[in-house]
Amino acid sequence: MNFLATLRIALAALRINKMRSALTMLGIIIGVAAVIVMIAVGRGAQARVEEQIKSLGSSIIMVRSGSVTSSGARGGSGSQFTIFEEDAYAIAREIDEVKAAAPILRGTGQAIAGNANWASVFYGTTPDYLEVREWPLAEGRGFEAAEMAGAAKVALIGQTVAKNLFGDESPIDQIMRVRKVPLVVIGVLDKKGESMGGSDQDDLVLMPISTARNRVLGSQAKAKAVGSIMIKTREGADMAVAESRMRELLRQRHRQQAGQDDDFSVRNLSEMLEAQEASSRVMAMLLAAVASVSLLVGGIGIMNIMLVSVTERTREIGLRMAVGARGRDILNQFLVEAVTLSLIGGVIGILLGIGGQALVAELAGWRTQLSLASILLAVGFATAIGIFFGYYPARKASGLSPIEALRYE
Amino acid sequence: MSAPLIQVDGITKDYRMGETLVQALRGVSLGIAAGEFVAVMGPSGSGKSTFMNLLGCLDHPTAGSYQLGGQEVSRLSGDELARMRNQKLGFVFQHFNLLPRTSALDNVALPLLYAHLPAEERLQKAAMRLSQVGLGGRLQHHPAQLSGGQQQRVAIARALVNDPMLVLADEPTGALDSHTSIEIMALLQQLNRDGLTVVLVTHERDIAGFASRIISFRDGTVIEDAVNSANDAAAQLA
Repeated sequence: MNFLATLRIALAALRINKMRSALTMLGIIIGVAAVIVMIAVGRGAQARVEEQIKSLGSSIIMVRSGSVTSSGARGGSGSQFTIFEEDAYAIAREIDEVKAAAPILRGTGQAIAGNANWASVFYGTTPDYLEVREWPLAEGRGFEAAEMAGAAKVALIGQTVAKNLFGDESPIDQIMRVRKVPLVVIGVLDKKGESMGGSDQDDLVLMPISTARNRVLGSQAKAKAVGSIMIKTREGADMAVAESRMRELLRQRHRQQAGQDDDFSVRNLSEMLEAQEASSRVMAMLLAAVASVSLLVGGIGIMNIMLVSVTERTREIGLRMAVGARGRDILNQFLVEAVTLSLIGGVIGILLGIGGQALVAELAGWRTQLSLASILLAVGFATAIGIFFGYYPARKASGLSPIEALRYE
Repeated sequence: MSAPLIQVDGITKDYRMGETLVQALRGVSLGIAAGEFVAVMGPSGSGKSTFMNLLGCLDHPTAGSYQLGGQEVSRLSGDELARMRNQKLGFVFQHFNLLPRTSALDNVALPLLYAHLPAEERLQKAAMRLSQVGLGGRLQHHPAQLSGGQQQRVAIARALVNDPMLVLADEPTGALDSHTSIEIMALLQQLNRDGLTVVLVTHERDIAGFASRIISFRDGTVIEDAVNSANDAAAQLA
């Protein structure tokens, strides 16, 4: 018997018991929709972490001012500046694994241009900073050596600052004031987006470190000390080796005794992010696994209904056999019925899942990522469930003796 | 005389029920020629139903030979038996066995579905057979919308739709009142006069009286096989 005829019989049988078919499908619908939504949520979270790793660079090491012990009281990390601008230059110069090292002197303040003003963060740093962050310029130029040496009143600004201070106008060559110091904007950074903490990375002002120290921060900055050094290692370099050599170099430069605590801290950012990525991947798998359980339950629902259906339609089966249906025809009929049930449920589930993930993204504000693979997976799973859970009842139906089936009350 | 349509030789059927062996048929031999109208009678447990199941290719005999239209069918596989039923036999049952919530037309066309006929031809043949049994105006009615007599007519149309060489009717009037029963018998007699071979199982003597030959079973054997001067059902209705 051809497939189309079998399909038509199956559809007719499902139509006869509309309510029951719909309820049976519901299990598959919910299961498929749940799998799609959960995979979308999981992948969304993963993609976000991956993007952050990319935006930060995967080979970045942070050196921060560490704890200092003065008069027996131990200060927390960064409570005092214990590392120096020269440390950054030494690291870049003496450690082979290091590609660039940028000292950072950080401050906050109101940036003013014309009538507009904007509270932002400023970094006094070197051109290495852009290299470390792999951050290209959208327009303008970077700092020149003479500007670095002469504490020139120039600045590079992020997109957010540019938009808030200058609107649609080009900020290049415009004057802005940071803590009353007028700075000429010489360049605008490319858009970077949100950081993993959710803060706006484009909300910053960069200036030569000498400018920050001598003109903007003034007395707050101790001679040549910096808050942190951001380092990028060369491609393929062993991060652990780079870290330990850095530590050794800094201890030596700071004249620390053996046994004494480091007066700085070295942290590898990508390690943190990788851990976060791994955990988000586990989370995604867990969500999908939980959703799969509901799909499994839906499949058992199909088997249950198909068993009832076979019992209920025993006489029909007997009759079909009497008029010439072979066992194979009966098997196919019930199998197609089960698969049709799960496939229709699967398609509705996909639509619902697509809508559901959009709703989650909208209401919860989570990032979701729909993938073709997850949809195909859900359809494949639904079909497999139809076949798997439909086979036993269909097999039972096809094995009936026509005589007994005809006589069944 | 040409070879009979049905030739059964020394056919037996044993069932095992738990520890005991039930010999439902203990060696039956007979022939039925094309165009006959045979009634099979006997009390329950006599073996007549088992005999019908064998004639209907629904079951294998334990021993013996059964030739249908010159073909030995007693050793055919399940699928081959299904094919025989589909191509050569028609069934009429006591409880009609129509598919519920399915039109008369689709019910009648059902056997042709398993014969792989195209849809158009199926429906055309089914409509023709329904007209033949007097239900040409009720093609789209569902069984629930038809009387018992009409339902049995649909079932007879279904038995005829594949142009069978033999129609087996198992207590076809068992669920009908006496007047409708006679109507159904009149229809079967009419079909028989037009050349159809009919084998009818019944335990009612009046119903058997419409057949032209009566075979009686008891304890798994034939105890009587006699020609009957058939009553004319149509005349009784008039």
